Amino acid sequence: MEKQLSPEEKLEALWQGKLSPKDPEGNPLPFQSSEAEKAYKDRILRFKDAIQMKKLPDRVPVTIFPSMFPWTNAGMTVQDAMYDYGKCAKVFQDFVLEFEPDVHWGAYAPGPGKLYEILDYKLYSWPGHGVAPEHSYQCNEGEYMMANEYDALIQDPSGFFSRAYLPRVFGALGGFQMLPFLPGILEMYGVALNFIPFGLPPVQGTYQALFEAGAEALQWIGAIGGADGALATFGFPNILGGFTKAPFDVVGDTLRGTKGIMLDIYRQPDKLIQAMEALVPLMIGLGVANAQQTGNPLIFMPLHKGADGFLSDEQFKKFYWPTLKAVMMGLIDAGIVPLPAAEGGYSSRLKVVQDLPKGKTLWMIDLTDMADAKKTLGQNACLLGNVPSAMLTLGTPQEVGDYVKNLIDTTGQDGGLIICNGAFFDNAKPENVKAMVDTAKEYGVYK
Amino acid sequence: MSIELVNAIADMREEEALKLVKEMVEGGSGPMAVLDTAREAMAIVGQRYEEGKYFLPELMMAGEILSQITDIVKPQLAKMPEVKHVGKVLIGTVEGDIHDIGKNIVTFMLDVNGFEVLDLGVDVPPQKFVEAIGDFEPQVVGLSGFLTLAFDGMKATVDAIKEAGLRDSVKIMIGGGQVNETIQEYVDADAYGRDAMAGVSLAKKWAGVE
Repeated sequence: MEKQLSPEEKLEALWQGKLSPKDPEGNPLPFQSSEAEKAYKDRILRFKDAIQMKKLPDRVPVTIFPSMFPWTNAGMTVQDAMYDYGKCAKVFQDFVLEFEPDVHWGAYAPGPGKLYEILDYKLYSWPGHGVAPEHSYQCNEGEYMMANEYDALIQDPSGFFSRAYLPRVFGALGGFQMLPFLPGILEMYGVALNFIPFGLPPVQGTYQALFEAGAEALQWIGAIGGADGALATFGFPNILGGFTKAPFDVVGDTLRGTKGIMLDIYRQPDKLIQAMEALVPLMIGLGVANAQQTGNPLIFMPLHKGADGFLSDEQFKKFYWPTLKAVMMGLIDAGIVPLPAAEGGYSSRLKVVQDLPKGKTLWMIDLTDMADAKKTLGQNACLLGNVPSAMLTLGTPQEVGDYVKNLIDTTGQDGGLIICNGAFFDNAKPENVKAMVDTAKEYGVYK
Repeated sequence: MSIELVNAIADMREEEALKLVKEMVEGGSGPMAVLDTAREAMAIVGQRYEEGKYFLPELMMAGEILSQITDIVKPQLAKMPEVKHVGKVLIGTVEGDIHDIGKNIVTFMLDVNGFEVLDLGVDVPPQKFVEAIGDFEPQVVGLSGFLTLAFDGMKATVDAIKEAGLRDSVKIMIGGGQVNETIQEYVDADAYGRDAMAGVSLAKKWAGVE
């Protein structure tokens, strides 16, 4: 029988896989130079040591986690970045080579505009589709799941997503409403009846759209994934494996919407909790599948509706944290490093979210005071952040440099700190972004 | 004034509140009495939000209960009653940005604090703000934005207000996401607010409300 790997062994295997990168044919990746190869491995180990908090890295690691900045900075519109995949990848590659962060997060942020057109995507507006060419895409909040649909979600999450949710957020996938219930194929006499929908024009149209979207996705990933491979040969690794979400945000962001979930806290709290519990294994599965596909150990989790001001402490502890923690623990058990982004302020949550095993998570900190975060959450988790977007956009290199030095002095002395922007940004002065990276490299050396 | 109804609304007991309203209406209470009671309760909700006891779920529930109450009494009203306001605030999310949660909270809090609020919604072009200033004549303009690109939308709006020669007739406050003093200077607003209460304080100060 095959030996079961422990969570630590699984994670170590992922890190080791990253340290011995392969080209698409499975051969050892040819680096541009031996210096590039050494820099690549040093950068990964620097991140790994900072996250695991067992020994000090050689210096404080630094990265840039932007939204559309690499493209706007190159004079491209967001629209161009979303439709010209080759140029999108090339510009991103140049961005990393110019700014030289220790690790990068790939050119995935713009995404393939044509694919969203094929699917008639309703959930977001993007350049040319409700947003100006130079602006980023934005979510159209709404009730994509009705108040009376909790049971449908709880009893058969996959069925709910395919038959109800997909047709609502993708205009081209309306045929999925007619999909059969799969248990119908358990016996021979049920098989043929269950295939009738696949002969009907709406369902066939939906599959046609899926095939087209799939072809578009392949084109896109060819270009974007190519940038990852090329950057690795220059010594710049991407360690991001993909994303998953807190169950509260799954329901509150894109199923019930903010208003819907806030009312449900009063009107149907038990159903809400049951639904979030039903989503836990799905959200773990999503993160694990992403990490396995990419071979990258970090799974990003943007945290939205649990921030300061959204919920009371009691509501956070009852509705937000239990299922978020369950997802993170599930990822950790699978040998994955959750990377939650505490968007907005998280001051009131720090003591609650501190309840995690040490050295297993990496937290992106936005507006929360980093010194406070260090005293609480930071005792168990590496902190990534938190140079303010306003400073990157409108400040001076001197201000940014001073801010980074102060972060290193107040929160980075015993490791567990990675310098980065605190929130995603589309616009900034390039010299400020450069100052963030360079100051961390010069000032952050551990002696 | 029904203290039972005030408490039912303020304590988020939705079903009980609606039942009490129906009883009041059937018992011959006029629609104005019901609405006054509801307004009293909303002030308590606002106060509890300010005190950090209430958060988004309560603001949204309170809004939901109030709109149901209004629906119940509306048929009996010839027109919605004129309410005496302490000042006028024009508010909106600037062009290019469609985030609205923060803006809606500020609107709610201004409303329960006695302001007449005209909410222009999201992704509002500068010219629309300018026109609304002309028509609505607010003392205060609130510009909301969540994204970094909203800094430019705010600046463009303030510039448009200047060009229309209206800058001196209004006080401008900004809020949302990453907004701080640097952004305030950049867009040339009069102040920024970190949260909804800060927005209410600014509006009160500028409208001369004690």
